Amino acid sequence: MASIQRILIANRGEIAVRVIRTCQALGIETVLAASQADLRSLGAQMADRTLCIGPAPSGESYLRAGTVVQAAMGAACDAIHPGYGFLSERAELARLCEENGVILIGPTQGQIEAVGDKLRARAAAEAAGVPVAPGGRADTVEDAVALGARIGAPLLVKAVGGGGGRGMKRVDDLKDLAEAASLASAEAEAAFGDSRIYLERFVARGRHVEVQVLGDGAGGVIHLGERDCSVQRRYQKLIEESPAPRLAPEFRQAILEAGVRYARALDYRGAGTVEFLVDADRGEFYFLEMNARLQVEHPVTEMVTGADLVAEQIAIAQGDGLRLAQDDVRPEGASIECRINAEDPARGFAPSPGTVTRVQWPAGEGVRVDTHITDGASVPPFYDSLLAKLIVHGDTRAHAIARLREALAETRIEGVATNLDFHRAVLADGEFAEGGVDTGFCARFLERAAPAAKKAVHG
Amino acid sequence: MSLTRADVAEILKLLEESSFDTLSLQSGDLKIDLRRSGAAPRRAAPPAPQSPETQLPEPAARTAPAAPQKPEEPKKPEEPGVAGVPSPMLGTFYRAPKPGEPPFVEPGKRVEPDTIIGIIEVMKLMNTVRAGVSGEVVEVLAKNATLVEYGETLIRVRTD
Repeated sequence: MASIQRILIANRGEIAVRVIRTCQALGIETVLAASQADLRSLGAQMADRTLCIGPAPSGESYLRAGTVVQAAMGAACDAIHPGYGFLSERAELARLCEENGVILIGPTQGQIEAVGDKLRARAAAEAAGVPVAPGGRADTVEDAVALGARIGAPLLVKAVGGGGGRGMKRVDDLKDLAEAASLASAEAEAAFGDSRIYLERFVARGRHVEVQVLGDGAGGVIHLGERDCSVQRRYQKLIEESPAPRLAPEFRQAILEAGVRYARALDYRGAGTVEFLVDADRGEFYFLEMNARLQVEHPVTEMVTGADLVAEQIAIAQGDGLRLAQDDVRPEGASIECRINAEDPARGFAPSPGTVTRVQWPAGEGVRVDTHITDGASVPPFYDSLLAKLIVHGDTRAHAIARLREALAETRIEGVATNLDFHRAVLADGEFAEGGVDTGFCARFLERAAPAAKKAVHG
Repeated sequence: MSLTRADVAEILKLLEESSFDTLSLQSGDLKIDLRRSGAAPRRAAPPAPQSPETQLPEPAARTAPAAPQKPEEPKKPEEPGVAGVPSPMLGTFYRAPKPGEPPFVEPGKRVEPDTIIGIIEVMKLMNTVRAGVSGEVVEVLAKNATLVEYGETLIRVRTD
């Protein structure tokens, strides 16, 4: 297959910059599809060409699959990189690319559909011998009540069309299940156009551990280690790391193999992530979902493996297959990433758009900053609030934490409120330093920190 | 018609000595748009003969394999009473209803707000574009069968 010469990047922010950097290193031309709000962004300055695809609201620009494919064709691009979010997991984009002879740097339409339907994804996991949390589909309220009795409380009612924490209800007492199930179904219909729901055991102390995979689309799948993303606030990941701390070697190996098994059953093509919930108390792990795209937190995997995941995505997309064998993947040291968001901790982490008047990013050995923010950069209110990802690598986890603390101390961002102080506080926390926190850590940490913060404010 | 460098220099001199900021010259299929530095830019049409010394504006690189270029900032109308009609979407612009048929509008033609000025194709869907203003077409900037961006000026109209 001919090599890719020109790529349309259908995204914005730091990931557009990230993809352009690899394209530049590979000698591939870049065309950025940008909304009107992003025409002066760093990505637009770096791309060889920028096309304005629509006004600021993403529904009229970044989420228009037809416009994006038309832009790629009009600018004679061979391929589209969708980044994460926006169109990255829309089957429509894959279909339009296939119909118009544009390469999608990502999975097939069928694979996107297979993992997007959470119930189908769960069934595929079971078929591939990948453990799932006790639970299953509930077509009626009666089904839900019967199934709930078998699973036991607490449990979760989940929307089939949901994911990433959306469309989920927790039921602590089975007597509330009937009402929760019928409400969840109605809400799912309104939010996702799909009223189907399923139930799953609620794991009280769970860790979020995910497996990075690469597939050649013909059954060849390798993993590039795992990431622990348990530091989450309302299902939004804030700190990610690789490797996952304090996992027994056999347990880690079992998770990695399960991730590969799942992707292999799909003949998965490209870079993807298989997410698992680790039940810390039971010592078990369950399949959560697969993300059929590059993840925000992919840099920690790159830091420990030395791989460039975007370059591997491009290689797979142009038919070069897997350039790494499983034995070539030898993760070294530890890497941690902090997501620096324009959000105000004093106002419940509300988004804080505006203009970054001045910024200073850290530098030094083992420090990487993925960002689109420079002095004077605007943070439009239309999109997510991610300003940058601060990523460090160290010989050990303790070394990485020390480097990240220094990097955070060096960072200055003026003009918008950020969560920098939150990260500084977490990195100084004993429980985090010990490693292996569960997904409830962030809420407990904020609860713990609240009185101290109040004291600081009121003296 | 072809131009020598001497011809171009002569034309530039004409503009230089005139009291005008811009000069449009059309002869057969050749069209040249010139402007003084400092005057508001307007998008040039087909590639005019160029040598590095001349002050000819760059041809708009709209054809697919051409060198990529940065998007231009939305332009202000360069004279009062002339309004640009922006493209409502990104897509392939067509000046005529069908290949071989006369264009929807030409310079000199009167338009009303609902006058169709072109078609923009997005994924085989044809979207009609209307003038949105009434007046007389001064210039058609968007080239036939090429990609136009959202907000790009398609035509310029001297409004009533």
